[in-house]
Parts: sequence; C-alpha cells; structure tokens
Amino acid sequence: MSTWPFVAAGVALLVILVARRLRDPIPKALLPLATATLFVAGWHVTCELMTYSVKMPDGTVRWIHVFPTPWETFLEMRTPIADGTLLRYTVATLYRVAVGFGIAALIGIPLGLWAGWYLRGAQAINPLIQALRPISPIAWIPLAVLWFGVKDASAIFLITLASFFPIVTGSMTAVRTIPTVYVRSAQNFGLEGFELFRRVIFPASLPAIITSLRFALGIAWMVIVAAEMIAVDSGLGYMIMDSRNANNYERVVGSMVVIGLLGVCLDWTVRRLEHFDIVRWGYPGATRETEVERTRAEIDRYRAKISGTVMGGG
Amino acid sequence: MIVGVPGTKVAIQGVDKSFRQRKGELVVLKNIDLAVRTGEFVCILGPSGCGKSTLLNIVGGFDTATSGTVEIDGEPVLGPDPRRIFVFQEYGIFPWATVTDNVALGLRKKSEAEQARIVEHYIELVGLKGFEGSYPSELSGGMKQRVAVARALAVSPDIIFMDEPLGALDSITRLQMRAELLRIWQQEKPTILFVTHDVDEALQLADRIVVMTPRPGRIAEIVPVGMAHPRDFGSVEYGKAKNRLFELLGVSHAV
Repeated sequence: MSTWPFVAAGVALLVILVARRLRDPIPKALLPLATATLFVAGWHVTCELMTYSVKMPDGTVRWIHVFPTPWETFLEMRTPIADGTLLRYTVATLYRVAVGFGIAALIGIPLGLWAGWYLRGAQAINPLIQALRPISPIAWIPLAVLWFGVKDASAIFLITLASFFPIVTGSMTAVRTIPTVYVRSAQNFGLEGFELFRRVIFPASLPAIITSLRFALGIAWMVIVAAEMIAVDSGLGYMIMDSRNANNYERVVGSMVVIGLLGVCLDWTVRRLEHFDIVRWGYPGATRETEVERTRAEIDRYRAKISGTVMGGG
Repeated sequence: MIVGVPGTKVAIQGVDKSFRQRKGELVVLKNIDLAVRTGEFVCILGPSGCGKSTLLNIVGGFDTATSGTVEIDGEPVLGPDPRRIFVFQEYGIFPWATVTDNVALGLRKKSEAEQARIVEHYIELVGLKGFEGSYPSELSGGMKQRVAVARALAVSPDIIFMDEPLGALDSITRLQMRAELLRIWQQEKPTILFVTHDVDEALQLADRIVVMTPRPGRIAEIVPVGMAHPRDFGSVEYGKAKNRLFELLGVSHAV
C-alpha cells in the first residue's frame, strides 16, 4: 500500500489542529484544502482496501481496484478534457440548467411575491404546491419524455420543475415575514400600489429570495444527472450513464467530481449576489465567529497575559 | 367637552380598546379622554402593558378603537396619513436604502432639486452630515434614530407620534437625543405625542404628562409641567414633580 495518503492526511490533520488553536486570521483556502486532502486520502485508502485478483494470461496475478482511485480517475479524465468532450458536455449541462432555472425563477418569484402579499393567494396555492413539492422530479421523467421527447426540452422541464417549488415557497415566505415596522412606515408615508412594492416589499424580501434561489439552484444541479440520464444524449449526467454502459468507472467517478466542483462554482457565483449593498443587511455572517467563540478567545488571551505576567514577575 | 376648543389638534373621546382572546376579552384601554393642543409636546407615561402604545397606534391610524372617537383637526382618523408621522422604537428606517434615500422617502412628489434641498437641511439638523451615503447597518442606534427623525421631519408633519423612540439606546445617548429632540421641536414646532415608561424622560420633554394606570389602561392624571426649558434635573421643583409622578404610578420614590 502506498504511503503518500497517510503523509498527506497527517499534514492535513496537523493543519486543522493547529488552525483550531490559532486566533489570528488564516488564509481562507487553507482549511477547505486541508479537508479536501483528507477526503482524497481517505478515498485512495478505501480503494486500496477493496481489490480483487485477476490471473493474467502469462500466469501472474494482478490486484485490481474495485473502485477507481483519485489518480486513476484523473488519468482517465485527461481524454475527455483533451478531445473537448468534457467542455461540450459541461456547456450543454450549464445551458439546460440556466434555461430551466431561469424559467423557474421568472415564474416562481412573481408568483411567490403575489401569494405572499395576498393572504388569499397564499391560501389558494400553498396546499397545491406542498402536494406537488414532495414528488421527486425523477417520477416526472416518463411524462417528460412523452411530452417533450428525448430532447433538451425534457431535461429543461425537469430542472424547471425541481427548482420552481423552493423559489415560490421562498419568495412567498419572504414577503409574509417582512417586519411590520417597514410596511407601517411605508403606509405612513403614503406609499401604495406599485410604489409600495418597488420601494419596500421587493427590497425587503430580496435577501430571502436570493437565499431561495441559491437553494433551488443546488436542487436543480442535483437533478441534472437524473434528467440527462434518460432524457438526452449529451451533458455531464449523460456522461455518467454513457460511461457506466461502457463499463468505464473511472469516467463515472470523474464526471461526479466535475459535477461537484461546478456545483461549488455555481453556489459561489450566487453568493456573490449577497454582497450587494441593497441586500447585504439581510445576511448576518454564517461563517463569522459566534459571540461564544469570540468571548472564549478573549478569555484565553487574558489568561495567557495573566500567566505571562505572573511568570515574568515571579 | 373638549371638542371645538380652539387650538385643539387631537381630540380623543371615550376610547375603549379590548382584544378578543381565547378566554374572554382583554380590556386594554378604558374610557380615554384627552385633548392635545397644536404644537404641544405631550408624553404618555405608564408601566409596560398599560396600553399606551395601543393608544398611540389608534391615534396614528394603525389600529382602531373598540368604541369612542379620535379626531384630528376635527376629522376622524381613518388610517395612517403622511401629515402625521410615526417614529418607532425599532426605527422603521429601511436597511436597503442609504441615509439620503431614507430621508427622501416622503418627498417623492417634489422635484429633485427640492428633494435634495430638504434632505440636506434635515440631515444637517439631526447632525448626520457626512453620512448621506451610509447604510443603516453602518450606523449606531442613536444615528439610526436620527435618520428616522429626519425622515419624519422632512415631510413637515403636523404631528409626530413617538413610541418609546429612545428605548433601545444607552442612557448617555438617550440623554443627548432628548436634548436634540427638544431643540428640533422648538425650531419646527410640530405637535408631539411621545410614549415612554421613563419618568425622567417624560419630565425632561413634556409640556404635559398623561399618567396611565396598569391594565386596563386609564388616565390616572394629566400632570402639567410648568418648568421652562432647559430644565434643571437637580432643582427642587423637578424633584417634587418626579415624586408626584412616582406616586401616581404607585411606586415608591425611595428604594
């Protein structure tokens, strides 16, 4: 068994343990990289533990991994990267997600805002949405193929379906939870109709709408594999299915890695939206240290200072 | 009778308010009669839960009385109105808009030049010059409340309703804000109805103090404050008035 995964895991663990003790800011990418290294090392070790033997024609015995290791995956992925297949498939998938998600947002946000503002609207559509929501998009595949054929439209339909419900529900809740004080102030200053919507209702719900978009995009991205497995003949989801049929598990895993990495990029892109001045107020930093952590750090520093003086003075 | 007296701005007559609850009715306000003169600074003082905020909401048009009438300038109150602005304890300024845009909220029908002039004037009046482009999240609690006050003043309202507007501030900032508020009031002379549970606050600000009883809220007494501004907190007169208020509230003034 190779030793590099243990060395890498050891270094990563050391980094995490040391970083836990450090109070000074550390490079942003350090901890995520350390956990990723741990994961890859674990992946490799697991693969090495699961092998089967094959007797070669010349009589020697070779041990073969049941699952592809990270390195084997990388080697295999060089081909689709080099011949442009991966790029073509990525573009196809991104296109479907963009269109499907875009349609869902274009219908879902206005519908959610409307239902949020009018109690009767919420009462009318909420039960239906809650009934349709738990039905997995996979269940719609037969119908999608029947309606749209084995084409882009099928996959787009499934992606729209998957992202639509969280967007509607999120936008509706966003409006219904606007603090009374904002609506009252607006009414007090005589804002009505479209102006009330434009200057208060919409900006007040925007942070929560963006959060629901982020959530919906994650779901849409999850559905692409299912949507492309059956409904089309290109894209990253199709690549997984196609490689499985060709018994190429290196490429199956490689596609999974690409989907995961692109998912991170998409989420990061949507999170950029949270930094605009008009919505920033809506996001109390989730990755900032909590009050408990901050106080503990201060107490630690104080203790260190005290013991320092005692030792110095004694 | 209080209706028809010249100079009366707000006439509250026989106002009752009760909320239906699971077990019967909860009476919050009982038979409130009050007349406020134009340009007067009136504080409504009472313990938590005495219905003083409910009373202010009814006068402001955000709530309705179960019985009785509220008239402003001889007309019944039918809802909120830009001529009478409410300043909330939790500010109510918009976190998605800059100080300038917040203050300009009520000026939408005026020309851009006019808007700019008024906004500049009131931002300067409340001492926020230099923070025009800031967002509320970048301001302290006291500064946020200044924005709310500037936004209210910008529409030159007849009446300003204030529901414990300084309640969320620390005691030093609160004292400064009271002085600022008095200065602005003396300059602009709107009628102010100010709800507070702080005896000193009422004594430092008001022309008259409406003392309310615990639930169901009734008016225990309306106490005129004769002292001229600036008021000396250490004076015998101030101390006497304070003791009187504590007596009316049913609490001892020595602990």
